Amino acid sequence: MYIYSVIHALQRLGVNPILTDNPEELQKADKVLFPGQGEASNAMRYLREHGLDKVITELKNPILGICIGQQLMCRHSEEGDTECLGIFDADVLRFKPQRHEDKVPHMGWNQLEGPTSELFKGFGEGEFVYFVHSYYVPVCENTIATTQYIIPFSAALHKDNFYATQFHPEKSGSVGERIIKNFLEL
Amino acid sequence: MLAKRIIPCLDVKDGQTVKGTNFVNLRQAGDPVELGRAYSEQGADELVFLDITASHEGRKTFTDMVQRVAAEISIPFTVGGGISELHDVEKMLSAGADKVSINSAAIRNPNLIDEIAYNFGSQVCVVAIDARLDENGWTCYLNGGRIPTERNLFDWAKEANQRGAGEILFTSMNHDGVKAGFANDALARLADELSIPVIASGGAGCMEHFRDAFAIGHADAALAASVFHFGEIGIPELKEYLRAEKINVRL
Repeated sequence: MYIYSVIHALQRLGVNPILTDNPEELQKADKVLFPGQGEASNAMRYLREHGLDKVITELKNPILGICIGQQLMCRHSEEGDTECLGIFDADVLRFKPQRHEDKVPHMGWNQLEGPTSELFKGFGEGEFVYFVHSYYVPVCENTIATTQYIIPFSAALHKDNFYATQFHPEKSGSVGERIIKNFLEL
Repeated sequence: MLAKRIIPCLDVKDGQTVKGTNFVNLRQAGDPVELGRAYSEQGADELVFLDITASHEGRKTFTDMVQRVAAEISIPFTVGGGISELHDVEKMLSAGADKVSINSAAIRNPNLIDEIAYNFGSQVCVVAIDARLDENGWTCYLNGGRIPTERNLFDWAKEANQRGAGEILFTSMNHDGVKAGFANDALARLADELSIPVIASGGAGCMEHFRDAFAIGHADAALAASVFHFGEIGIPELKEYLRAEKINVRL
């Protein structure tokens, strides 16, 4: 379960996170991590039912969306034809295989190209990170790193205090650890 | 570019790794978490922990081990062995496993694949298939290769794919333990017929065998146990070799 993986990753860095859906705790936190799990329309329904859609979009502290967390921070997702949070000005699409070798989900270690932003402080080209996903965010003005799979897509996004990665830094070995550390040091 | 994956497999009995290891500088070579961490540091892309314990007590020990792996190791790992119902899957995922591998249970109750995919997503569901090439073609076996079934490898793999498996882990019983290379023809056919990744297993003896599993067998990942455990092949050398052979791997 990715949420526990994120907690473990933080604990390995000496941080003890609070697992919460309480708006006040989220607003007071130094940093917020928003790892996703499951399917987009169910996840959005959960956020709306708990009033968290509004809370998240209005957060002023740094927040890092991971995997479906990144997708939910976009405008709309093709998964379940879901209206999302609209933080990033992009729509989430499903991978369409072009050749037989193009398997969906995109699963495994792939490379970051053109990493910019403080999230990738100290990064060169081509670092490997771990992905598991069937939907992607196209390259847009918020893109801070791309990855090539079938087409180039947004491996990470940034706008104001909102950060997001399509890959799983918590499962990406020492490279992922550096990304989480960079986020914690923002 | 998406990298081809190298996956060491650790057999665990009563909380201890079964096969001996030639790892130096390892305080407890028998501790699966220590060994897993060593592999992770050497550049393994994923780990598989296979529970071969029979007893109830041993199963509890395995769950504790899964929790320790999840807390201490920062690459994805799959657990398998003794997973026969949805409840077992939930237990392993809650303990921190990223994926579960199901084998005999899936053949006995194929609906388990649909249930795992529906409840937790396809990406957690690895369907492991043990098959042997005989006069009738590639036949699937149950219980670690002890009981033959009526099922054909390719038909079963396709059904598993359609039911929502996220990956197929194919072990050729003809090749397993022989160290003469993977079953590349069958692997290539699986890779071409399925829409999900295929993990090659059984037969690794030297570095060329890994190259062939990727280049000829079109495998997405290759799994091995003894060549890594006994230090016959080091993961860093293997990856350097594969990179030189134009196979994209994570270095």
